[in-house]
Order: sequence, then C-alpha cells, then structure tokens
Amino acid sequence: MNARNSDFAILAEGLEKSYREWPVLWNLEMAVPWGEALSLFGSNGSGKTTLLRILATSARPDAGTVRIAGHDLRRHTAEVRRRVGVVGHRSFLYDDLTPRENLNYYARLYGIRDRDVRISDALERVGLSARANHRVRTLSNGMQRRAAIARAILHQPDVLLLDEPETGLDQDSRQMLGGLLGQWTSEGRSVVLTTHDIELGIEWGHRSAVLSGGRLSFHRADSGAIQKALSVLEPLEACQQSRGPAEGRERPRKQGEQ
Amino acid sequence: MTALLGPMATMVWKDILLELRSRELVVSVIVFGLLVVIVFSFAIDPAPGQAKTLAPGILWVAFAFAATLAMNRAFIREQEAGALEGLLVSPVSRDAIFLAKTATSFLFMLLIEAILLPAYAVMLGFSALSWTLGLTIVLATLGFALIGTLFSALAAQTRSREILLPVLFFPIVLPVILGAVESTTRAIGGETFVGIGRWLPLIAVFDAVFLVICPWVFSYVVED
Repeated sequence: MNARNSDFAILAEGLEKSYREWPVLWNLEMAVPWGEALSLFGSNGSGKTTLLRILATSARPDAGTVRIAGHDLRRHTAEVRRRVGVVGHRSFLYDDLTPRENLNYYARLYGIRDRDVRISDALERVGLSARANHRVRTLSNGMQRRAAIARAILHQPDVLLLDEPETGLDQDSRQMLGGLLGQWTSEGRSVVLTTHDIELGIEWGHRSAVLSGGRLSFHRADSGAIQKALSVLEPLEACQQSRGPAEGRERPRKQGEQ
Repeated sequence: MTALLGPMATMVWKDILLELRSRELVVSVIVFGLLVVIVFSFAIDPAPGQAKTLAPGILWVAFAFAATLAMNRAFIREQEAGALEGLLVSPVSRDAIFLAKTATSFLFMLLIEAILLPAYAVMLGFSALSWTLGLTIVLATLGFALIGTLFSALAAQTRSREILLPVLFFPIVLPVILGAVESTTRAIGGETFVGIGRWLPLIAVFDAVFLVICPWVFSYVVED
C-alpha cells in the first residue's frame, strides 16, 4: 500500500464550484479519515456528483484546496489520480471489449506490473470471473456495474469514490459491494459514496453527511435524522431554484475579497 | 518519453481492436469516398484532357470530407460509455491522450486513402505511382488528423457534433488542402520534389505548428 503522509485520506477546505452564475459548492469543508467510509446524501442537483468529480480530478474547483492522501489536487494531479478509484454513473468501459480486455487496458494505463494477477483478483472480488471473456455489450446492467467496480479497484486506490453505486444492482450484488467496501476500509483505505438510499448509505458508511446549500452537514448514523435534514433542506432548494441563483443567500467571500 | 509512448501505444492498440471488432469506421468511410468520386465524375463528366487538371481538387475534396467522417467517430466512441472520463481520471497525461487519438486517426485515414487512391487514379485517369504524391498525402493527412482530433474532442461535448466538426475543421485546414492540391497537381504532372517548391514545406510547417498548439489546447477543451 502507498505511504500515507497525511492524517486524512481527503481534506477539503473552502471548496467552491459554480456553473456559470449558479453556485454549486460554497466554502465546503470536508475531512475523511483513513479507514472510514463517508456516505453523502442530498437532493438532485445539490452538488454530490460535482463534489465527487472534483475529488476525482475530472472537474476543476473555482476556489479552495483539496488534499488527497496528502497530495494537493492542483499541484500533484497525476499522484492524486493514481490514488483514486472512481465508479461514476457510467461504466467507463468499451462495449466491444470484454471485461478482462477493458481491465487489461486500464491496467496498462495505470502502469500495473502484475496485470494478470490483479485483473483476475478484481474480477473475482466482484464475482465476474465467469463472464470475464464476454463482450461488455452482452452483459446485463448489473454485471456492467460490477465490471465498473472491478475497474475502479484494479489499481488498489487509497480512496474509492462511488456515485450512487447501488443503481442497477440486485440484492446479491449490493451485498457483494457492501462486503467489498467493508474490506476496503478495514485495510485502512477510505471511501466516499453518494446515494439516495438512506438505509444503505448508513449501513455502508461510518459517517453520513447531507450536502445542501453548497455545504456539508454531518449527522449521526440515524436514518430519522438524515431524513429530517433532507426534508427541511429540499423545500429551501426548490425555493432557491424558483428565485434564481444568488438571491437570498450571500456567497462566501474568498480571502482578501471585499 | 516512455511515460508518453507506453500509454499512447495502449490507446492506439485499443482503437485498432475496437475497429477490427465493429468495422464501423473504415468500411463506411471508404464507401463514402468512392461515392464522392463517382458523383463528381457524373456531375462534371471531364473530357480526357481535363481529368488530370480536375483530379487533384476532386481527390482532396473527397479526402477532406472522408476525414471529417472518420474524425467524428474519434471521440464519440470514447463518449459512449463515459470512457473518456475514465481516461481523464487516469494518470495518463492529456498530451498522451491527444497524440494517441491523433495517431489512430492518422493511421485509419492513411489506410482509407491507400485503398481509395488506386480507385481514384483509375476513375480520374492519373498515375498514383509518385513518391511526391505519397509524401503529400502523408503530410496533409497528419494535418487533417491534428486539427480533426482537436475539433472532434470539442464537438463531441456538444449536441450538434456532426455539424460542428466540419464547420470548425474546414476553415482551419484550408491551407493544408490548398497546399495538397497544388502539390498533387505538380506530382501527377510528373514534377519531382524540387518542382513542387513551397507547397510541401508549407504543409510541413502547418503540421509542426499544430503539433505544438493542438495538444496544449486539448487539455483545456477536456477540462471542466
């Protein structure tokens, strides 16, 4: 495993991101310790995916700093990418290649040496060994999701980012993923996942947070408390959308900004 | 250098493998290229003496249109299952991604042109056996691939990708088409490298400039 030169797997301070005039993340603070899974909740459009995309380096923040495994996201981008595994809404796989070929392709891009062993291990962990040599387009959505998870864990990242990973998974697959995440954190690695399934998020995460108004609020692992936080915040967001982006809320100023 | 070439080779091989499996690009572009020349032949109906004069223009218009079709696919295939995002979150540099896609487009276009050229030579009545013509095709195709790959990446992120690519591609690539037509005219007229004068160097300079500019711009195009 990689040397960890930081107290936190993820440390974000003053994170801001806007799309045109519409602010999504405002002065967001976030710290994920090693060996922990954080479940993120939030209504549609609250910025969960944007936050994960920033952590995965596929979106650039407007302001703030992010350190992953002690590496600054802006200055050591390639180092951060080696330490992060991503499961997005889409599989990132090529339909006309088999899962094994897709994994071999990504293994080469990540510069993995013992490719065959790692690929077989990743496929085994997601229970896809039997279909490893069938083209991705012939697999069901759930199997494609499993292949996407295998791709994300292939390079054994320190931090695993999962955007609504339960989508399209049957009960067995959810159990498999829950077991995998438990094993992942017990090895000292960290996980951030987003979900709309409150019970599942609480089951999989050591801590839970609700993203709203561009910021995170942390809650104890209690579905009632999270449900309450979501039900209070959702009407506020609906109200903001009807009034426009900045009205009614003051944008946090950056350091030195008047 | 190895950090650049290794991932590039992996990406090029993946594109070749995907094309061998799907056969959706090369075959359709070849059919399109043949149709363009057949339509030109019927529309203009050149006399035997005129064919050599018209051939370079027809040849490069057909190659340029075929290039836009081929380039259109370059990033659409990456976008289909979000594979481009998978590439962008990997530790591979943006330069390597751009150069690999350019190399793939360049190889596919050369293959398509190698198949179309003898057919064009027969239909338009000129000799394709010329080193100068070969060099012209290689240099001009490299220019097409560089510009086409950049704009393909840009267009793939929009809804009007099929329209946007040719609209952006043709104005920028015009000097290459002009140089290629002039160079081809002289090459099929039997002139050597010396006789071609400034046209081949013009294409080479264009390629060199865009080989520097395009990878740099690409990193901004794919950034959110």
